[in-house]
Amino acid sequence: MAMSTTLPIENRQIRKTINTFLKELLGTRVVEAILVPLAHPSGNNIVQSLVTDPENLEQTDVFAPVLPVISACIVSEMTRLTPVSKKTAVVMRPCEMRALIELVKLQQASLDNLILIGIDCPGVYSLDDYLEFVEGNTSDDFIKAASNRGEDEKLRAGCQICAYPVPLTADLTIGWVGLDIEKGLLLQADTAKGDEILEQLGLTIESDSNLSKQRESAIKKFLVGIKEKRADFFSRTREEVSGIDNLSAIFASCIKCHNCKTVCPVCYCRECFFDSPTFELEADKYLGLAEKQGALRMPTNTMLYHMTRMNHMGTSCVGCGACEENCPSNIPLLKVFQLIGDTVQQLFNYIPGHSLEDELPATIFKEDEFQWIGER
Amino acid sequence: MAEFEPKILGFLCNWCTAAAADLAGTTRAQYPANLHPVRVMCSGTVDPVYLIKALLAGADAVLVGGCHPGDCHYVSGNYKARRRIAMLKAIFKALGLDDDRIWVRWISASEGPEFAQTVRDITEETKKQGPSPLANNWAL
Repeated sequence: MAMSTTLPIENRQIRKTINTFLKELLGTRVVEAILVPLAHPSGNNIVQSLVTDPENLEQTDVFAPVLPVISACIVSEMTRLTPVSKKTAVVMRPCEMRALIELVKLQQASLDNLILIGIDCPGVYSLDDYLEFVEGNTSDDFIKAASNRGEDEKLRAGCQICAYPVPLTADLTIGWVGLDIEKGLLLQADTAKGDEILEQLGLTIESDSNLSKQRESAIKKFLVGIKEKRADFFSRTREEVSGIDNLSAIFASCIKCHNCKTVCPVCYCRECFFDSPTFELEADKYLGLAEKQGALRMPTNTMLYHMTRMNHMGTSCVGCGACEENCPSNIPLLKVFQLIGDTVQQLFNYIPGHSLEDELPATIFKEDEFQWIGER
Repeated sequence: MAEFEPKILGFLCNWCTAAAADLAGTTRAQYPANLHPVRVMCSGTVDPVYLIKALLAGADAVLVGGCHPGDCHYVSGNYKARRRIAMLKAIFKALGLDDDRIWVRWISASEGPEFAQTVRDITEETKKQGPSPLANNWAL
């Protein structure tokens, strides 16, 4: 039974409605701080910010279609050593929240005292497309258009095939899927923590409201459609990626900058094997390697790096697309990682970020699985 | 032209398969010299990166040899290895690469003849497959 309330939209201003709600949340000290994307005072950039003064929430822009940093990384940075001691809300997109759940399981973040506020995500643009879009458009224009038609070919590749555009583990959800966004947003409590907050705010609460049900059924319908779209995407990607020649071509432009691992929310090792002295060789070793093959691609070990990352991160990949967005060499990393992620996640019947209870596939085993492996 | 002699890199568990290799030697079991053994403490210590590196660096096939399921000297290392290799094989398949070149065999310390037979099998099979397109490919 989900408790919910409606946030009425005043003067068709969606951004303002959300900001008023967040201000109320912080102003009444239901939470002591909020981590949220703010419009940077210098212009069109959106930056994650930890806000303690409600006045600053005026700049909040949660639906601005750009995703520069995955907020799960920020929460991890903040809570890796100690959990937050005061109630802190985090407004997250669904992929960010799923990444955070993975990081908690990997013991890289703590949810203590955190209130997870999820939004139904309309997707984001690449930075360049976003900067073009904001010349003359607002996030309100974007979210209204998204709620009306849904398809937008300019969205980042990952967003176009996102399997979970709605929060899975939020305490509170700001929902609009299936609703008339110009009338009101749904504010739904999905956990006991969420219920408590709705009560503390003194809002009119309904259980299993019509809007909640309307949203639920719209989501169900959406998920059926996206399954087909994803299946189509995977069969196309398999063709593009498949085989040593295609694979070699895809990663040919890699400059080994390691950006993809730096921005990946679930690539969490403090000391990466690929930054280790293992790969520091004496000059003559390079010559030896070159001699053996006739030539040696430099920088070395790029294919090894990507294939290893697929193995290490595949089960936890949430498909946020940060790798592809931040690749200076335009490698279609999201494509490859979605294909691999989907493959290994299906193998273990695991949905990253779905729940804290599902154990990480690499940390467990069953005695009676994969018995064909090792058979003579 | 000389017959293709595949290079096979084997990661052999100290307690089982490496001991079986020893036994095969002391009992003078005959098997091809194509396997280059690397003794590891447990099949569970074999990170997929070792296997990928081996395949990219020139191995035509790789073998992970461990204790029979249930017999791991560290209780569950081989179960974990089995999961990891299932994942590696699935990834190879998804990428359109030959996952048959990744071998796993559970061979206990007393199974010297089985070890020799395993090396014969892998060598023969790899000869049939021919040189690996991943091996010694400078462009990767």
